[in-house]
Amino acid sequence: MKETRLIMGMPIEIEIIGPTSPRLRMASDNAFEYLTKVDERFSTYKDSSEISKINIGEVKDNEMSEEMKEVFALAEKTKKETNGYFNICRPDGKIDPSGIVKGWAIRNTAELISKAGHENYFVNAGGDIAMGGTNTEGGQWSVGIKNPFNVSEIVKIVYPRGKGIATSGSYIRGAHIYNPLTPEEELKDIVSITVIGPDVLEADRFATSAFAMGKAGIAFIENLPSFEGYMIDKDGIATMTSGFAVYTQQ
Amino acid sequence: MKKLVISVIFIGLSGLYVLYRPQIAVQTTASTPSVPGTAGPNSSGIVPTIRRMIEEDDDGPRIIRPNPTPAPPPVSATPTAQTPAKAVYKDGTYTGSVADAFYGLVQVKATIANGRITDVVFLSYPSDRATSVSINSQATPYLTQEAIQAQTANVNIISGATETSLAFKQSLSFALASAKI
Repeated sequence: MKETRLIMGMPIEIEIIGPTSPRLRMASDNAFEYLTKVDERFSTYKDSSEISKINIGEVKDNEMSEEMKEVFALAEKTKKETNGYFNICRPDGKIDPSGIVKGWAIRNTAELISKAGHENYFVNAGGDIAMGGTNTEGGQWSVGIKNPFNVSEIVKIVYPRGKGIATSGSYIRGAHIYNPLTPEEELKDIVSITVIGPDVLEADRFATSAFAMGKAGIAFIENLPSFEGYMIDKDGIATMTSGFAVYTQQ
Repeated sequence: MKKLVISVIFIGLSGLYVLYRPQIAVQTTASTPSVPGTAGPNSSGIVPTIRRMIEEDDDGPRIIRPNPTPAPPPVSATPTAQTPAKAVYKDGTYTGSVADAFYGLVQVKATIANGRITDVVFLSYPSDRATSVSINSQATPYLTQEAIQAQTANVNIISGATETSLAFKQSLSFALASAKI
């Protein structure tokens, strides 16, 4: 069964292959419920969330939830690995971990589904995808990379074969992501980068960081072992890492 | 958090100091920039240092530098009256002094050509690994390129940036703005 719900400010689509049964439905419902709980804890738009309470100083370090600590540690690790390109601290001193929570939450959701005994599924949250097993026809899950210039089209088809895949980007009419070194200039030299990595959390955190690096981001991915990337620049030219072509074959 | 703010301010002040110091004579060849008065252990040249750091590191991610940006013309040593407006910088290569950022030591080298930043390198002195990220407006020439083409086949799943995740984008733009020099 396939279902889409709006959570964390984005459409989240979950498909679990199998004959419709209460057990299958429960697995899907549990997956969505988990994502809702994540949103309740991590949404900076909700005053009642743990992150909002942390940001107004109401939570002591030793009172922080294990999940929050885990996400903070992941954010710190990513910041080091990207020389500061990834940073959940805002200039006003507030913390906003949503850049890392998405990949982390999808990864956990996929684990919930497979631990419930379902091998063939995918979870797609705003373009970041975790998948397992095969599709309805028993073939590899196929993923289409959206055309940044025309969202009703796809420009590349890949078969991640169980790996995580994430796309970071912007649309021409509204780029809100900045090169940290020239923040007054909007980043317009690239419009999209898709990263395939060991799991969706890994793919997501590096796609986010690589996008912020502009055209140099694809070189960053090239030099990361176990990661491949496909970057599209503002002129519609795609640059791919040297091992990316492997994923274009079924 | 305080450390990060202090170190960002420090880096910024170092940068400003280097930029507006009088009588700067800057040699700006692509391979061996020399910046007089560089505070730091490697006054013999930064690029050889980067090469050493990268070569010494066998197991971490390594950045292969693309062809360097063409060297801007040398800047005269006579200081001219500068009216700082918008992003006005003197052409040349500038290295900030080593600063203690939140996660380790950081040093920044910026290349200015025609008044604009054309290349910035973050250097970090390692406890375990040396990495540098070079921001360069040129594409990496050795990776395969293609013009994108619409595909007509059906796929199971679509991957693309989402407009509805505004909170995500906003948080990222805030986060990245805080890393500015």
